[in-house]
Amino acid sequence: MIRFFLKRLALTIPTFIALMFITFVMLRLVPGDPIEVRMGERGISPERLAQLRHEMGLDQPLWRQFLDYVYALLHGDFGTSIVSKSPVLHEFLTLFPATLELTITAMLFAVVLGVPAGVIAASRRGGVYDQTLMGLALTGYSMPIFWWGLILVLVMSNTLHLTPVSGRVDLIKFYYPSVTGFMLIDSVISGQKGAFMDAVRHLILPMIVLGTVPLAVIARMTRSSMLEVLEEDYVRTARAKGLSWTRVVGVHALRNALIPVVTVIGLQVGGLLAGAVLTETIFSWPGVGKWLIESINRRDYPALQGGIMLIATIVILVNLFIDMLYGLINPRIRHAK
Amino acid sequence: MKFKTLLGAALLASSMLAAGAANAKSLVYCSEGSPENFTPSINTTGTSFDAARPVYNRLVQFTPGTTQVEAALAESWTISDDGKTLTFKLRPGIKFHSGVNGFTPTRDLTAEDVIWSFDRQWKPDHPFAKVSGGSYDYFNDMSMPDLLESVAKGDDDLTVVIKLKKPNAPILANLAMDFATIHSAEYAKYLLDKGTPEQFDQIPVGTGSFQFVDYQKDAVIRFKAFDGWAGKPKIDDLIYAITPDATARYAKIKANECQVMIAPNPADLADMKANADVNLLEQAGLNIGYYALNAQKPPYDKVEVRRAIAMAIDRDAIISEVYQGAGQKAKNPIPPTMWSYDESTVDIPYDPVKAKEMLKAAGVEGLKTDIWWMPVQRPYNPNAKRMAEMIQADLAKVGIESTLVSYEWGEYRKRMQAAEHQTGMLGWTGDNGDPDNFLAVLLGCNSEGKPNGNNIPKWCNAEFQEVVNKAAEISDQAERAKLYKRAQEIVAAEVPWVNIAHSTVFEPIRKSVTGYKVSPLGSHEFQNVDITE
Repeated sequence: MIRFFLKRLALTIPTFIALMFITFVMLRLVPGDPIEVRMGERGISPERLAQLRHEMGLDQPLWRQFLDYVYALLHGDFGTSIVSKSPVLHEFLTLFPATLELTITAMLFAVVLGVPAGVIAASRRGGVYDQTLMGLALTGYSMPIFWWGLILVLVMSNTLHLTPVSGRVDLIKFYYPSVTGFMLIDSVISGQKGAFMDAVRHLILPMIVLGTVPLAVIARMTRSSMLEVLEEDYVRTARAKGLSWTRVVGVHALRNALIPVVTVIGLQVGGLLAGAVLTETIFSWPGVGKWLIESINRRDYPALQGGIMLIATIVILVNLFIDMLYGLINPRIRHAK
Repeated sequence: MKFKTLLGAALLASSMLAAGAANAKSLVYCSEGSPENFTPSINTTGTSFDAARPVYNRLVQFTPGTTQVEAALAESWTISDDGKTLTFKLRPGIKFHSGVNGFTPTRDLTAEDVIWSFDRQWKPDHPFAKVSGGSYDYFNDMSMPDLLESVAKGDDDLTVVIKLKKPNAPILANLAMDFATIHSAEYAKYLLDKGTPEQFDQIPVGTGSFQFVDYQKDAVIRFKAFDGWAGKPKIDDLIYAITPDATARYAKIKANECQVMIAPNPADLADMKANADVNLLEQAGLNIGYYALNAQKPPYDKVEVRRAIAMAIDRDAIISEVYQGAGQKAKNPIPPTMWSYDESTVDIPYDPVKAKEMLKAAGVEGLKTDIWWMPVQRPYNPNAKRMAEMIQADLAKVGIESTLVSYEWGEYRKRMQAAEHQTGMLGWTGDNGDPDNFLAVLLGCNSEGKPNGNNIPKWCNAEFQEVVNKAAEISDQAERAKLYKRAQEIVAAEVPWVNIAHSTVFEPIRKSVTGYKVSPLGSHEFQNVDITE
């Protein structure tokens, strides 16, 4: 197991190097200069432009800028945002808990509803449940996130008044400092009556919007994987032994069916972070997705490079973890030569 | 340890809230983004200026809802006969906010604070010059280093004397701009001694009607009322809910999660007008969207050709399609809300038949041209590509064949400044409400008769230049207005560009909000605002 882990870990190193290089080069291939973008139609004199570029180190040859960037990165320095003048790591860490809270809850929403939906659909193959659930899953999968978010706000918030429109907290009723950055936790720490439920209410719509696509994917994946497993000899044997349906499906079949599902969940983490960009914009959710988009618009190279590297690290780590989990669930993987 | 401190702060905040929530008046403003930081002099965006404005004041300020300059921290001022010395008398007893970031002021505002605020932007050896990147764009853009001779203390602590290198009337309007914000020199020293000078730009301390409480990036900025020189505001808590999406902002207005919002989606305007809870305020924007004809490139060096092209373009169609009604056809290069606007200008009519005849008479046949369109959306031009297509179709009707050209935004502007275009669109949003900020900046030329960088039509006219230069040097506004009217007559006769439109600024507010005024300068201010709900 340790050897398997080390091997996987070693594989991430070239991924990181490639990522550093690609991020750096790609960003500079995008036309536009952070200073000129900042100036807009006001313009800037060539002398002042040269002076500012020099101060930001943008006048150095690209290879030099890249080496400086790698050197700083190896020392844990992610640079300083050109726009806010704050350290990139600090900005990221301030915003990341919001994204993480949203992503985790969306993933929980997707798994908790998606796996049972898949199991039910598979065990009632071709029936009404199967067709309804899979029809819904296909709809969910094809749903444009932005449209779905706005529709939910219109119905749930503006018409039915069930949930708040956006944000993470009722700004007039509650004010508590951010301790962990997770509203669900901070609201409890604050000790204010009703704060936790307020945080939950704010989380509902963004969670549903972000969780919809993974929910659909997981449900479909669970169904097809389950169908395959249900055909296996050992399932037939279990049934022949006279085990209850719940036990056959829940214990014997599901555990094996979950292997590909776990992989899909891992892959969805990347997708969730991408979906978070839109969800955060609709719901004014102060996370890293919105921050990255803003950084692209302003050509804030340090923020973008740092942000992308940090997110990529997280995605790589999650996938590493999933690989481990995969090994645990399926002993054949860790013993494979 | 840190956790315990935060926990303590949380408990304190909760108890304060519980005590104060019962009868506090709160107003939530849905803003569109996070500020770069809280020091206006190092920022360039309206979002950042709006975020700092509740906290700060300038020597003079714009009367809310207008571009007129009125007294602020300075209760009065005099300008010497030669126009080169401005003497400001500060109000006595102006207090700074206390208790923000652990800072307690020991003295009131004096000339020292004013000098500190200018020196930071101006003197490279100032201890704060390099803090937070030290790029003072507006100070440089408004040519302050070329204008200022000295900023010094006068006869007493409450007198500031600003000496200029040459007379300049618009400087008073410059001093009302956000970059000329007056900071606390004592707070700066406090942070320098603490070893955290960068906090100066992140945790603001000023003299304004609201005191800074908290900022969470991309989420919220909180202020509380401050009983300072301008009196206590009517609302107790001012909250900026950062809401980047325009549709989401309006949804929040409808749900009463915020009461004032910036920049509505044009598609929502009809619904806002019909909504019984919402007042849709509107104001002509202090801007101009234009279509420039490069006078350095034939045949656009001929005024008849420029006039014929202006005549060939159906601007009414552009206003209705590109601006979706949220624009006003422009006949002068300055907007109608600006003093000295020339009402008597006769607008160029849409007459493609006559335009064709005029082009023929000018010897222009089979003309091929380019039309540059900007790759970004701006209030003065919400859809440049569509506008370019419409102009292309209009020009085709008078026998001009055209191709559309665009570049990345920075590149676009740079190439236009370098006069690479034949024709193209751009625009301007005013900074300080002074006509000089439009006429001299956008159509001005230097002493050698070469167009300034922002002069996109690349048009120079000796009489225009003389009039505009003279108007900048005298301080009598009535006299200046006469000169600017003459300048507009020259522009109307010479047609350096086709005036397209001034966009209309819309701001929906809840009916419960009173005393709110839309600023022609695009700022959002709350010191006179009240809420009844």
